[in-house]
Amino acid sequence: MEDLDAKFAALADPTRRAILARLSLGEATVNELADPFEMTQPAISQHLKVLEDAGLIVRRVEGTKRPRRLANRALEEMDQWLAMLRAAFEKNYNRLDDVLAGIDIKKKGEKR
Amino acid sequence: MSKMTLKTEGDTHLIVTRRFAASPEAVYRAHTDPELIKKWLLGPEGWSMPVCISEARPGGKIRYEWTNGKGGGFHLTGEYLELNPFSRIVHVERMHLPEPTPNNHVETRFDQDGEGTLMTLRMTLPDEKTRANMLATGMEHGMEASYVRLEQMI
Repeated sequence: MEDLDAKFAALADPTRRAILARLSLGEATVNELADPFEMTQPAISQHLKVLEDAGLIVRRVEGTKRPRRLANRALEEMDQWLAMLRAAFEKNYNRLDDVLAGIDIKKKGEKR
Repeated sequence: MSKMTLKTEGDTHLIVTRRFAASPEAVYRAHTDPELIKKWLLGPEGWSMPVCISEARPGGKIRYEWTNGKGGGFHLTGEYLELNPFSRIVHVERMHLPEPTPNNHVETRFDQDGEGTLMTLRMTLPDEKTRANMLATGMEHGMEASYVRLEQMI
C-alpha cells in the first residue's frame, strides 16, 4: 500500500507525468529529458529520483550515461487498484439501481 | 454496458459518473433521504448502516455508521453546504477510522439524460497525499468485498 501511495504521489506532479509520457515513447537520458522541460539537470534529477523511488522508472548504466525507462508493470498495478475502487463504487450503485426501481414502482402505484 | 466512470483529475480531484434509469428527483432523493441511503450506501456485502443521519438543508448534519455485524465498523460525518433540489448537492465529509481523515469536498450533480439521470460526483481532497490515502481506503473495501465473496464460495 505504501508503495502505491508513493506511486500516486509521484504522479501528482505535472512535470513528472510529462516525464513518464516521454519515457512511454522509449528510454531517455537526463539531458534528453531536461531539454523539452526547460529545467536544470538537478531539477530533473530530483523528479527522476521521486519516480525511481516510487518504482515507476528504472535506470540502466551505459558508460557515463544513466538512461531511464518506464518500469515494467508500474502503471498496471495502479490500474488494478483503481479497478478495485471502481468495483466498490459499482457495488453501491448497483444496489441503488434496485432502490430506484422501488421508488418508481411506488410512484406508478400512486398515480393509479 | 459500462455505466460508470471513475478517474482522477489534476492533483486533488476524483470524478465519478454513473447513469441511472430513474428521474433526477428519484436519484436525488436516494442521496438525501436517510431511509433510502441506508439501503444502498453499504460498501461490501455483509455491511449495514444502523445509523444514518442526513439533514438535507444547508448546514445540516450527515452521519453514517457502518457495521459488519462482527464487531467491525467505522463512521463518516459531514455537513451539507448547498442543496439545489433535484439537481445538485454540495457537502463535505470525513471518515473516522477512528482518526478523522481530512475533509473531502463533494459536489454531486444530477442531470436529466434521456429517460434517466447522469450523476456526476466531483470530490476535491485537500492535497494529493490525502487523495492517495482515500483511494487506498476504497481499495481496502473493494478487497474486503472480494474476501467476503470468497468466504461464501468456500
